[in-house]
Amino acid sequence: MYAFDFHRPDTVRKAATLLGKAEDPKLLAGGQTLLPTMKQRLAAPANLVDLSQVEGLDAIELKGRTLHIGAMARHVSVANSDTVREAIPALAALAGGIGDPHVRNMGTIGGSLANNDPAADYPAAALALDATIVTNRRKIPADEFFQGMFTTALEEDEIITKVMVPIPRKAAYQKFDNPASRYALVGVFVAKRSSEVRVAVTGAGQDGVFRATALEDALKARFAPKSLDGVTMPADDLNADIHAGADYRAHLITVMARRAVAAA
Amino acid sequence: MTETGIGAPVRRLEDQRFITGTGNYTDDVNVAGQGYAYFVRSPHAHAAIKSIDTSVLKGMSGVVGVLTGEDVAADSLGPLPAGWMIHSKNGDPMKAPGHPLLAQGKVRYVGDPIAVVVGETFAEAKDAGEALLGAITFDELPASVDPVATTAKDAPQLFDDVPNNTAFDWELGNKAETEAAFKAASHVTTLNIVNNRLVPNAMEPRAALGDYDAGTGTITIYTTSQNPHVARLVMSAFLNLAPEHKLRCIAPDVGGGFGSKIYVYSEEVVCGWAAKRFKRAVKWTAERTESFLTDAHGRDHVTKAELAMDDKGKILGLRVHTVANLGGYPSLFSTSVPTYLYATLLSGQYDIPAIYAEVDAVYTNTAPVDAYRGAGRPEATFVVERLVEVAAREMGIDPATFRKRNFIKKFPHQTPVIMAYDVGDYHASLSKAMDLVDYKGFGKRKRASAKDGKLRGIGFSAYIEACGIAPSQAVGSLGAGVGLWESAEVRVNPVGTIEVLTGSHSHGQGHETTFAQLVSDRLGQPIENVSIVHGDTDKVQFGMGTYGSRSGAVGMSAISKALDKVVAKAKKVAGFILEASDADIEFKDGNFTVAGTDKSIDWTSVALQAYVAHKFGPDDMEPGLKEGAFYDPTNFTFPAGVHICELEIDADTGVTTIENWVAIDDFGTIINPLIVSGQVHGGIAQGVGQAMLEGAAYNDNGQLVTASYMDYCMPRADDLPSFTVDHTVTPCPSNPLGIKGCGEAGAIASPAAVMNALTDALGHEDIQMPATPQVIWRAAQKTITKAAAE
Repeated sequence: MYAFDFHRPDTVRKAATLLGKAEDPKLLAGGQTLLPTMKQRLAAPANLVDLSQVEGLDAIELKGRTLHIGAMARHVSVANSDTVREAIPALAALAGGIGDPHVRNMGTIGGSLANNDPAADYPAAALALDATIVTNRRKIPADEFFQGMFTTALEEDEIITKVMVPIPRKAAYQKFDNPASRYALVGVFVAKRSSEVRVAVTGAGQDGVFRATALEDALKARFAPKSLDGVTMPADDLNADIHAGADYRAHLITVMARRAVAAA
Repeated sequence: MTETGIGAPVRRLEDQRFITGTGNYTDDVNVAGQGYAYFVRSPHAHAAIKSIDTSVLKGMSGVVGVLTGEDVAADSLGPLPAGWMIHSKNGDPMKAPGHPLLAQGKVRYVGDPIAVVVGETFAEAKDAGEALLGAITFDELPASVDPVATTAKDAPQLFDDVPNNTAFDWELGNKAETEAAFKAASHVTTLNIVNNRLVPNAMEPRAALGDYDAGTGTITIYTTSQNPHVARLVMSAFLNLAPEHKLRCIAPDVGGGFGSKIYVYSEEVVCGWAAKRFKRAVKWTAERTESFLTDAHGRDHVTKAELAMDDKGKILGLRVHTVANLGGYPSLFSTSVPTYLYATLLSGQYDIPAIYAEVDAVYTNTAPVDAYRGAGRPEATFVVERLVEVAAREMGIDPATFRKRNFIKKFPHQTPVIMAYDVGDYHASLSKAMDLVDYKGFGKRKRASAKDGKLRGIGFSAYIEACGIAPSQAVGSLGAGVGLWESAEVRVNPVGTIEVLTGSHSHGQGHETTFAQLVSDRLGQPIENVSIVHGDTDKVQFGMGTYGSRSGAVGMSAISKALDKVVAKAKKVAGFILEASDADIEFKDGNFTVAGTDKSIDWTSVALQAYVAHKFGPDDMEPGLKEGAFYDPTNFTFPAGVHICELEIDADTGVTTIENWVAIDDFGTIINPLIVSGQVHGGIAQGVGQAMLEGAAYNDNGQLVTASYMDYCMPRADDLPSFTVDHTVTPCPSNPLGIKGCGEAGAIASPAAVMNALTDALGHEDIQMPATPQVIWRAAQKTITKAAAE
């Protein structure tokens, strides 16, 4: 780790000011990606702005038919929240399957979304559930938020404050683990709402999380595993690495989607 | 059997400190004023070093000093040697260039150390090291990475004087007889096998702390070593660091080795040397990435294997050609692994009249490869057990029946590849394993799986290994640079407590428990009155360390021999006190009794009398109660057994679940069944890891793609089922305790069991390790296509 200056503001406004003023700043939420990266000297922010002392950023509430999850809500809190479990059990289950207990006790939903790791779980949920990402400045629909791996619509001094998630009729997430890292090699989140079916895929795309429209179309007529029989995903634009070729990932997307629909 | 004696499942005495954070590992040791070492390593797989501009370090904060290859040369420090001489077929000695402590003009793998920077803090050392790396001018050379392609004429050459990057081409066995056997065969089975390269991944990374006493001129090196005395010998005799009496090596608690901590590496030598140069202690602890890049890797064989049978399925001959990847330099025991630890076991548990093995050992621009849990024997078992299984399938014979038909049944048995098996009962372990796995019910289970759309398979591995390494004369005749005996010293204190000094070294094996059980058993003393001392060249006179499942068979035999001497002397002491001839003294349950009388004295009193020496004079005997022994075995030991793996494949994803695992091992006499089970469990986990999860991958440029746990897949608890572990026992006749050794068996047996089960489920042999979900999915597609075609 290289030397850096550490800031611990107690309001979002102060954090935003620091982000705007300080040289080469970085927000610290749960730190589960940032800190290991810094330890390996792969990231070297000059200023670290810690959000842990900002009050009220970790609330989880149900308002009408929408879940409001504070940006600093830890994975373990989302996983164990009765509110989330009742409203969107698939989301609670997803949070309970991120990383390991250490990661879940520290990692946050806001940090995960802002980082937009191409193999992270939360982006798939946000995209499939048509979530809205709320920042200190504006509201960003998930469809506009994710802009390629490790890239989002966030401006430099913009801070996620919460995520608004409308409750779907049915939803489920199926993750095929990378055997080594246990990140998603392929993760598929399916959500059925009255108006539409959304299928979001993480882990597989070269540009990060994406919607599998071919699967959505097939599920629109009937939301059932059988609807996906014979539907194949193109392997173009999918990742290929030592763990999985693009064709294997393409195949797994339909398998995981079928299983998710069955579980929803 | 007492509660703490031989055969008792005593819970490990050392675990209390390990699991409560009160162990004392190398990184826990600190010396006032110590600096921190950062090693500047090659980022290239193959490059010439044009220049190193150390002037960039001037003015940098906290830099104590820097040493490069030039300093190594100036101080005449030798390179790391290969300690086992192998000769090529034509009689030429192997080509084994030494590995410089710091690069001499050229680097040969990513991670090869070039320079060391010592800083006041580790962060300062690292900052300076990164600056220095930027001030090194490299002339990058094309890399040779593939072990087969590396011998091609146009492959990049690692060394000027090693043509075709080949260290040796070696043979064992009888070529003519084997060819004749193949000519006479009615069936020949041929397999192409890749034994995948593994990264050892000890939980504790390598570490070293060098300290120099300017007053006495002594260098002390704390190091994560499996054999501190051998380390000291190598550093002294080959590297010229300091004479042995001015060099102390201490290997305190060590958190796992699996072979990777047998060898002497650059870092611990450099820490000792830098301490002397800079007149202050120097500490280094590997970061995990360094462990991946620079710990000696394991396995990495490419093999063509053939088995010849008559029409009844009786094996007539075995022929093997193996290319073994040594990496960028020959490591300390690397040359023995694919030769005398491999080809000598190619007879397996079978009566094979003719065997011929050829092994080409080659250099590539990758990390050095050396012994890793099993070392050569897992590779041999994999070849034999895959061949046997496939041969049975091809000939339409049940694989268990095929094995029984070919088992060695009479002992001793001389194989055509050096080894003389002393004792065993292979039929017994196979039968017991088949019962416990319910082999008869397998067909039913397979059909049930098929109904669920799953592919179920069962696979055997009837392994054998040569352990208790080994008779010094034997290994000497095969090229070893050292003898492989073991030493022990038993010191009885005047109050009767006992300290055992052993040349074995525990890095997780539980010696503090098992060795104490032996003493408790033999002397009738409470186990808490025994302490085991190891890992310090100033305390233990000499020892050969721990590897090759030798601590029980060889190390404990040495202790047993020393205990015999102690008991003999204690009887003499008792005789003087009880006024009887020592020949009439009986020793039982901690009491000395004059035979046929009620005159007796206990152990504690005898110990005290030995030291106060009031009851005997100088002409009678020396005071004190301390005896030492060196034990050199007369043969290897031959643990053997059968592992059966039953698994189920989800062909839709390639995800495979191991449903059942039965291990029946014959380890001879067992001192502590709890610890033995633990060794078997861990060994199976490592073997399953090799078969299904682990594989070190270099890209064409020689960059290690699997250099972290993000990409290198270690086995986890949920990858494995609960194991059924049981034993058959034929005590080893060549050591006083009947021990064969258990440390490596699981890792040796299990890869073949997994791959035999997988190929049974798949219905074809076209799959290699590691059989990851992707690999299995691809193989399963072939199964489905094949089934559709039929």
